[in-house]
Amino acid sequence: MVEMRMRDALREALREEMIRDETIFLMGEDIGAYGGSYAVTKGLLEEFGEERVIDTPIAESGIVGVGIGAAMGGLHPMVELMTINFSFLALDQIVNSAAKLHHMSNGQIHVPLVIRMASGGGSQLGATHSHSLEGLYAHFPGLKVVCPSSSADAKGLLKRAFRDQNTVIFIEHTANYTLKGEVPDDPDYLVEFGVANVLREGSDVTIVGYSGSVHQAMRAAEMLETQEEISAEVIDLRTLRPLDMDTVIASVKKTNRAVIVEDDWLFGGFGGELSAQIMERAFDWLDAPVARVSCKDVPLPYNRNLEFAALPSEEDVVEAVLRMFKE
Amino acid sequence: MTTETTARETLGAERLGMFLYQMMLIRRFEEKCGELYTKGKVRGFLHLYTGQEACAVGMMATLDEHDKIVTHYRDHGHALARGLDPNRVMAELCGKATGVSGGRGGSMHLYDVSKGFLGGYAIVAAHLPLAVGLGMAARMKKEDSLALCVFGDGSVGEGEFHESLNMSVLWKTPTIFFCENNLYGMGVPFKESLSTEIPKLAAAYNMPAVSVDGMDVLAVYEAMQKAVAHCRAGNGPYFIEAMTYRYRGHSMSDPELYRLKDEVDQYRKQDCIDRLKATMQTAGYLSEAQFHELTERVEQVVHDAAEFAENSPQPGLDTLFDHLTKEPAHG
Repeated sequence: MVEMRMRDALREALREEMIRDETIFLMGEDIGAYGGSYAVTKGLLEEFGEERVIDTPIAESGIVGVGIGAAMGGLHPMVELMTINFSFLALDQIVNSAAKLHHMSNGQIHVPLVIRMASGGGSQLGATHSHSLEGLYAHFPGLKVVCPSSSADAKGLLKRAFRDQNTVIFIEHTANYTLKGEVPDDPDYLVEFGVANVLREGSDVTIVGYSGSVHQAMRAAEMLETQEEISAEVIDLRTLRPLDMDTVIASVKKTNRAVIVEDDWLFGGFGGELSAQIMERAFDWLDAPVARVSCKDVPLPYNRNLEFAALPSEEDVVEAVLRMFKE
Repeated sequence: MTTETTARETLGAERLGMFLYQMMLIRRFEEKCGELYTKGKVRGFLHLYTGQEACAVGMMATLDEHDKIVTHYRDHGHALARGLDPNRVMAELCGKATGVSGGRGGSMHLYDVSKGFLGGYAIVAAHLPLAVGLGMAARMKKEDSLALCVFGDGSVGEGEFHESLNMSVLWKTPTIFFCENNLYGMGVPFKESLSTEIPKLAAAYNMPAVSVDGMDVLAVYEAMQKAVAHCRAGNGPYFIEAMTYRYRGHSMSDPELYRLKDEVDQYRKQDCIDRLKATMQTAGYLSEAQFHELTERVEQVVHDAAEFAENSPQPGLDTLFDHLTKEPAHG
């Protein structure tokens, strides 16, 4: 075990996978000499050379399309889109080409491609640069959607992404990049897709989160225990597609209450899907309606106070839990 | 020496006969598609290639079997010229399990990986960056193959057209950009939607660009030969604009309010099949009896294809969720 920040764990995953598999190469905006906007690819150009670490023009649709073509041609590219906010420009390639070619070609073509992007608000970057779109990508059949919350998961899941034969949308919350955590140094360390992580066991309520919101969930669980003597179970989904609903349902059947916390917008967000599935599969076990703690229904403002008022906080989670016990 | 003389001399009677056969096959195949559409056997959007046959036949004749092809949604002609089984192409149009895409793709999404035919793409210009990536893969894997990307004049207004041309030159990918300029992006004349000429755009990105008569199979063939040689020599991408014309509407639902019948008739006078037939007859390569024999052969193949499609089974409903993702086989 080595303690490292998530950005360093991601870099280790890329390094190890590039050493293991010569078909892997990286392309993206400023991933070379600049080292990546969040310093994930720092030093990789020097180590692997220009053939395998390629700086691209600012052309999101084009570079994702080139990645898809290279994947169809037998390579395993990774495209870094800098941030999820720019992925709108590549949406057609992701949705119409990467996600569908395997199905439309009756299984003849597959697109082994990893698309990495940073997501999340909270840095006062304004409405265009603060999206959380994990749920949007999870909407499309044919994609895999991964959103780690820790250094260890970041490494294990990114390495696993390169063992997949499909397009993996790999979403990294910017608040997680500097978080430190213990990471296994075994080069075969993988975290399987579709296996949620029970981060904290509890008996009174299940709090479900993913990506950045896992940390609000954990802090809320600690507050509930010390201040309210409520025992909260916290589940990190890790991947939204495939989705490990069995772990969530088993937990809800034990605790009889569920709170979903996410940075996505409430209206039409991924929490709605989780809530519906809990209702469908565990209705008789619920002692209260499923609660959702999400981003307020507004583009994220620049002003710090306004931005924090819009984003979900641990206090919001605690409040949602307490409401369940009062009703 | 004219194009016709040089290509005619190199190609000889047998290959020219094959070109003629393929163009006639595509023509008759498309007519049959139109018939099956009116009978309700082919559904969805159907874009016929009639009139543009010289492009498909001329381009495919220059490729090797390991080359990769991506094309647009008017893709039947390219599929047939590349040697896809007409039976399975027709079955796909009828949505049958025996279709080249198992009935999941339809007219606009034909695939046969065994022939390097990596699809028709129905989002305008979406496949251009894919062709850059395919070329990039070939180059990085040190393979001798190239990627041929076929698209229409309607693509040049899309951002991906420009992104792709730029990147293919930057990374010197063996990609042939083949623009079938049939004068209309659906119903809008390309001159009304583009402020310049298409080859000038390619030249602006520093790649060789030519414009050829796309209704002359030999002109297309010769331009493609140069493009292929350029790519195989490691010189990066090459751009061809082929001036062509579709006789039918954009799709089956096109009332053709944007052009006059006179215009269609004028282009029919330059028909690619008539021209090659005349060239071959002048050279003494084709007798009336031989032409008649070709016509009968084509009729038989198309008849058989329609019959095969008709008699093929529907995909099973239990296959609905097949091929969503590719997973390792569980043993």
